[in-house]
Amino acid sequence: MGGAGAADVSRQRHDGLEDPVRFIDERASAAPLMRKAMRYLFPDHWSFLLGEIALYAFIVLVVTGVYLALFYVPSTAQSVYNGTYAPLRGTMMSDAYKSVLQLSLEHKAGLLLRQTHHWAADLFLVAIVMHLMRVFFTGAFRRPRELTWIIGVTMLGAALLEGFLGYSLVDDLLSGMGIAIAYGVGLSLPIIGGPLMLAIFGAPFPGKPEFFGRMYIAHVFLLPAVLAALIGAHLALIAARHHTQFRESKRTTNTRMVGAPLFPAQVPRSMGLMFLVAGILFLFGGLVQINPIWQWGPFHPYLGENGAQPDWYLGWLIGALRLTPSFDVTVGHYTLIPNPFWGGALFPLIVLGVLAGWPFIERRFSGDRAVHNIAERPRDAPNRTAFGVAFLTWVFLIFAFGAADRIFVLAGLSYDTQLYIFRIGIWVVPLALFVLVRRVCRQLQAADAVQAIQEQAEEEAEQETQRPQPVLRSTRSEPTA
Amino acid sequence: MIGPRLTAVIIVALLAGPTAVALAATQVGIVRPTSEPARPSAALGAQLYAGNCASCHGIAGAGISAARPGAGAVPGAGPPLRRVGALAVDFYLRRGYMPLSSIHDEPGDQRVLFSDKEIRSLVAYVAGLGRGPAIPHPVPDPANISDGFSLFTDHCSGCHQLVGRGGFVTGAKVPPLQSIAPTQIAEAVRIGPYLMPRFSRTQISDRQLNAIIAYVQSTSHPDNRGGWGIGNLGPIPEGLVAWWIGAPLLVLSARAVSRRRRSG
Ligand code: HEC
Ligand code: HEC
Repeated sequence: MGGAGAADVSRQRHDGLEDPVRFIDERASAAPLMRKAMRYLFPDHWSFLLGEIALYAFIVLVVTGVYLALFYVPSTAQSVYNGTYAPLRGTMMSDAYKSVLQLSLEHKAGLLLRQTHHWAADLFLVAIVMHLMRVFFTGAFRRPRELTWIIGVTMLGAALLEGFLGYSLVDDLLSGMGIAIAYGVGLSLPIIGGPLMLAIFGAPFPGKPEFFGRMYIAHVFLLPAVLAALIGAHLALIAARHHTQFRESKRTTNTRMVGAPLFPAQVPRSMGLMFLVAGILFLFGGLVQINPIWQWGPFHPYLGENGAQPDWYLGWLIGALRLTPSFDVTVGHYTLIPNPFWGGALFPLIVLGVLAGWPFIERRFSGDRAVHNIAERPRDAPNRTAFGVAFLTWVFLIFAFGAADRIFVLAGLSYDTQLYIFRIGIWVVPLALFVLVRRVCRQLQAADAVQAIQEQAEEEAEQETQRPQPVLRSTRSEPTA
Repeated sequence: MIGPRLTAVIIVALLAGPTAVALAATQVGIVRPTSEPARPSAALGAQLYAGNCASCHGIAGAGISAARPGAGAVPGAGPPLRRVGALAVDFYLRRGYMPLSSIHDEPGDQRVLFSDKEIRSLVAYVAGLGRGPAIPHPVPDPANISDGFSLFTDHCSGCHQLVGRGGFVTGAKVPPLQSIAPTQIAEAVRIGPYLMPRFSRTQISDRQLNAIIAYVQSTSHPDNRGGWGIGNLGPIPEGLVAWWIGAPLLVLSARAVSRRRRSG
């Protein structure tokens, strides 16, 4: 059969393979949508890809998580371990811990996937925070993108909770201590704390066995579903309102975008990025140990260890719990607001609240209600940039104090000295940075203005000298004429 | 200025008795006779004790309760040593805790200032002052390492961290346990130095202690399958790696795929 004949046949068959758009359009009349999608313009700057990185980390989390779910047993029933790891043989442990132990030490690729899952969680939140910083400092949250921003902050909150649940499910000694702290913070919620914790745990800490089932469903179904739905809404809103862009060329304006169309330019870039991110996460999973639970041993409520910490993205809460001076709000003999409330509940609520409300807070101060499609450079909004730096520093210092015990061991600075320094520093340093950053921004702006004037003058001078000779000649010849 | 220093010199001279004492010692702060016998002896111990310990622990281990100026203007005060026995002296000297430079410090500078011969001599001397426990001879028991691990989590990890990496408890720095000889681990458990509780034989039997020691020794080379162990401390180093290695790699990949086409 000749080549030409074969081509004819396939065209006659019209199986759509050579024209997928038409194939889908015939069946879903989706051509206008697809055309629009393919022509969607992506900004060129790398910082617009940070959110995409978070998305790919999420995908890796789902894929690796499915594998882990094939082995995990959400049960606190106790039994004796008789596996391969000598230091734990003969030890009583929950089925949950035992299943993760066996997954890590005995199943093929189990440890690789578990470690990749954990690194992906750590880096998912790293990417979210970097993405949030980019959007914040470029003012990309302004009208008409406030809703996209709020959804983003909500996802941050959901991701924090999701990560904490994953950390807790393993039922090793660290995760047990983490749950104990979370239980304490939950109890400290005024009035509703007690009943709420009882409802979730089923009984006072460590709770009824059902509690692990609840955490499990929340971790593998509820929160991922919520996150996926929010991601969908986030992306739909971005598509509807488009990305912002830096004013990188004169062609970019508030109403005109310049960039690479989704197809064919952006698709290979995004695919490339996805594979790079997945590659990095798997490299971490294969090369760098994370949460070696066999070294921690099983949790029992009477056990503890020195220096137990949550994963990094919850470290700020530990710092806040430790930094808060010890005081409760009491009414008669009734403790209305126990101490953990301030650091463990109020503090994160304030941080997430300020973040979520920022577009509206800023609007109040600036009075700027206009539509903005151009991403600002940080220096162009000195107040916002200064506030952002101060706010992040505030959270970061509180976070850093969460590791004060390690700072003590490494640097010898006593815990009480640090407590003293940090209690003052978390207010003074952000304030000083606010003033400093605002000044630097203004100076940069002023320098830019000078440069602009200079450039304009030079341009004019150049035009002056380059003005075509005939003109010069003609002006010179005028008087003689 | 001169007062306390003069008294210190007088006290040292009196206590050192007829022995020739070299004040300019080879190692900082240590006073030792100009010529030491070749073999350890209680007599050498007595001389070393007089020069280095008596200012705080009193003559013949009687103890000094109220701080008073000691050698080198160090305010002297220390518990009696009559009943501590060979065990405690051996531990405090081999771990470099004694002599203290200041009675306000947590012992544990870990600078061993005495030679093995000198330590044996001091041990012999102090042990001879009264009846006290002898130096233990633990035999680490790797066959029972899982007992050791669970005993360690029961009794020790609250202060020493699960993999024995140390940490902080209110008022004290808790040392990591990786480079400590079995004998000194056993001694520490029986003494309970500083803020550490002491564990009697009814709380931790000698057999259990052997298992604990086997576990503690295994923490020098913990089972780090899964790759680079990053300190066996858990989330703090993990977070550092995420931000200092992970974040730059992610940013680099974003930059790699978004490098602008130079079109114009
Ligand atoms: C600067 C004062 C000072 C000097 C010098 C000093 N010690 Fe001590 N020593 C102390 C204090 C204070 C303690 C109690 C430490 C504690 O509470 O942990 C102590 C504790 C001890 C103990 C443990 C006692 C117990 O009850 O378990 C021993 C053993 C000991 N010292 C031996 C010595 C020896 C041997 C020397 C000389 C090489 C020496 N010390 C020099 C102050 C001193
Ligand atoms: C209350 C907290 C606490 C507990 C519990 C505890 N330790 Fe300690 N341990 C300490 C402190 C603090 C030191 C340092 C003492 C000093 O500086 O004088 C120490 C010192 C030691 C040392 C000597 C370290 C060195 O560098 O010389 C050893 C060995 C040791 N502990 C082993 C153990 C073992 C084994 C257990 C469990 C049976 C245990 N400890 C339980 C707090 C504790």
